[in-house]
Amino acid sequence: MFKKYMWYVVMAALLVASILLVACGGAQAPTVTPQPTKPPVATKASQPTAAPATGGKLEIFSWWTAGGEAEGLNAMYKIYNGKYPNVKIVNATVAGGAGSNAKAVLATRMQSGDPPDSFQVHAGHELIDSWVKAGKMEPVTSIFKENGWLDRYPKGVIDILSYKGEIWSVPVNIHRSNVLWYNKKVFADNGLKPPTTFDEFFAVADKLKAAGVTPLALGDNGIWTANHLMESVLLGSMGPEKYKGLWDGSTDWNGPEVKSALTTFAKVMNYVNEDHAALSWDQAAQLVADGDAAMTIMGDWAEGYFKSIKLKPGVDFGWVPSPGTAGTFIMLSDSFGLPKGAPDRDNAIAWLTVCGSKEGQDAFNPLKGSIPARMDGDRSLYDVYLQSAMDDFKTNKIVPSLTHGAAASEGWVTAFSDVMTLFVSDKDVAAAQQGMTKACVDAGVCK
Amino acid sequence: MSHARRERWIAFIMVLPSILLLALFVYGFIGWTAAVSLSKWDGVEPNYSWAGLENFRLLFSKVGGVSARRFSIDLWNTLFFTLFFLLLCIIVGLFLAILLDQKIRGEGVFRTIYLFPMSLSFVVTGVVWRWIFAPGAGTRLRGVNALLHAIGLNALRWKWYTDTSSFGPFHVALTPVIIAASWQLIGYTMAMYLAGLRSIPEELREAARVDGASEVKIYRHIILPMLQPITLSALIVLGHISLKIFDLVYTMTGKGPGFVTDVPGIFMFETTFQGNHYAQGATISIIMLLMVAVVIIPYLIYSFRREVEL
Repeated sequence: MFKKYMWYVVMAALLVASILLVACGGAQAPTVTPQPTKPPVATKASQPTAAPATGGKLEIFSWWTAGGEAEGLNAMYKIYNGKYPNVKIVNATVAGGAGSNAKAVLATRMQSGDPPDSFQVHAGHELIDSWVKAGKMEPVTSIFKENGWLDRYPKGVIDILSYKGEIWSVPVNIHRSNVLWYNKKVFADNGLKPPTTFDEFFAVADKLKAAGVTPLALGDNGIWTANHLMESVLLGSMGPEKYKGLWDGSTDWNGPEVKSALTTFAKVMNYVNEDHAALSWDQAAQLVADGDAAMTIMGDWAEGYFKSIKLKPGVDFGWVPSPGTAGTFIMLSDSFGLPKGAPDRDNAIAWLTVCGSKEGQDAFNPLKGSIPARMDGDRSLYDVYLQSAMDDFKTNKIVPSLTHGAAASEGWVTAFSDVMTLFVSDKDVAAAQQGMTKACVDAGVCK
Repeated sequence: MSHARRERWIAFIMVLPSILLLALFVYGFIGWTAAVSLSKWDGVEPNYSWAGLENFRLLFSKVGGVSARRFSIDLWNTLFFTLFFLLLCIIVGLFLAILLDQKIRGEGVFRTIYLFPMSLSFVVTGVVWRWIFAPGAGTRLRGVNALLHAIGLNALRWKWYTDTSSFGPFHVALTPVIIAASWQLIGYTMAMYLAGLRSIPEELREAARVDGASEVKIYRHIILPMLQPITLSALIVLGHISLKIFDLVYTMTGKGPGFVTDVPGIFMFETTFQGNHYAQGATISIIMLLMVAVVIIPYLIYSFRREVEL
């Protein structure tokens, strides 16, 4: 009898303990993973412009938890620790959801007045509309000036980072959104050249369709890849100036340019794989790799995917700017900002100085598979695709990406996604145009 | 007397922690959500200025544009999902329970097998069902479509959860989701019915048999009426799961093209945590709460009354 009673007590104790463990695990594990600090190897800080970071800690918040991006982040930590060996870096990462989980955690911390020293954020309106307008950020213009970076970065990038005459974050990398990737073998077998305009695209697509190949691979489960395709189509049908105008209200969403872009998009949807709504972007890229599909329009992280499945850039797959967008570079960028009330402000400024330096960017980007946001990156560190992207980045017109936070606020992007969700299914141009116009008005940009 | 009073105090103190926790973490936050739903909080910064019922109006009237359209699709989806999910669970669950009640050998094994899906997380099964019903296309068919192709039933192949066609407001793409959800909870319904069947005294059946009733008649006139309270409980439990379903749909299909598999939970999550429309998200939550309340409250009243009668 007594024994039985004891069993209940033990079971109950175990249950309580496990609940406690789960509760603690949930609260702790995803937010703070301590970074093993390297023993001091290098000499004292060599850069006189950096703020005096002599000790204490530095908490960096990001969603880079795995793969090349985590390695890249660690490479930057290494540089930082080399310069400031007494600063203990706390690597606060939140995994999952392409950053949406991290953003939710960040919002909670910022709202409760507990900001990290610096956090990863998409450069442009995602930062500006969410945090700068709310008065939660410090400008970093002075860091740019002190280090003489203003002429090291393209003006288009500085414009995207700026709001009310100040720069608000330090970009560490650049990705390009408007790239058309194609399977070289499929194109050669069918005697085709990669299309440069939408007329050529449709001509090529008809031939591919006749040959039994899906012309364009799309994986829009979760809809953002449809937005991604749409921004390339918008740019391709109206050119960079009008495209930029879409995001400040000077191009009319109700006008003929948007209408023609939507009509083109609806036509493009006739050439995509039937199961597009069930796939993700990497599964769509896989269709191109397998030769089931000939092309896909995706950001240049697709190159990282192709390389990870052992395809050779320029040999197995090729790339051109998406139709009608040659000479323009839709950029998106991960950047780090300086929240007001950062507990270790000096260390954070030193961190931002590393992020924006040539050394820091050339350590991060070859691992992440992106190009430096500066124009003076060391070309020899990058592969053949990234070199071509670096060339384009220097010479092309730079415009912001909608899908990836550079062009518009998160609220606007979400509203745009909802319009696109209906549009990919009903292809109703008039309704989509009306919805997009309303999204711009609701975002407070259009009248 | 003082002894009784002391006991009452001890009892009160024992339940006090859970009362406090419930008050704070359930009712407190429901109240807070309701307050946010009446505010103008749009963006990451809290803004509690009064908006009245404006957020509700925007979800239900044409002024809301795409949001209103999405929400009306969501409500229809919830209605059809709940309807078919409940029907499937009740009918198949009852059927399985009756089969298991025939005193067959190895009953324990079957019971465990049927009940097992319930012990898995919706997130896990959602991912697997997503693979099973992935349509594929052309020469690279997947999941069920590949199976149908292999056994020569090509006519039955379709686009499953990516199909955008509908009968009136019913999107056919919901079918795979209904199948997945039912698969997971049929075993649970079966267990409830089985318990109900076992609680019916054997004497009743014997008496009916002696009176010359056929087995069908026994089920029709004795067993099914006696299972009514079980059906009611099952409807309540399953109904509130289906009205606020999120995880299964989110991992299995997402909102789908044209919102064919969207539900209010996904809309709430996206608008709040991706679009920063906190007030709109709170409004959707409150509407979901009201929908569940419509189902639960009559049941609570009914069972309280019964307790009093007893």
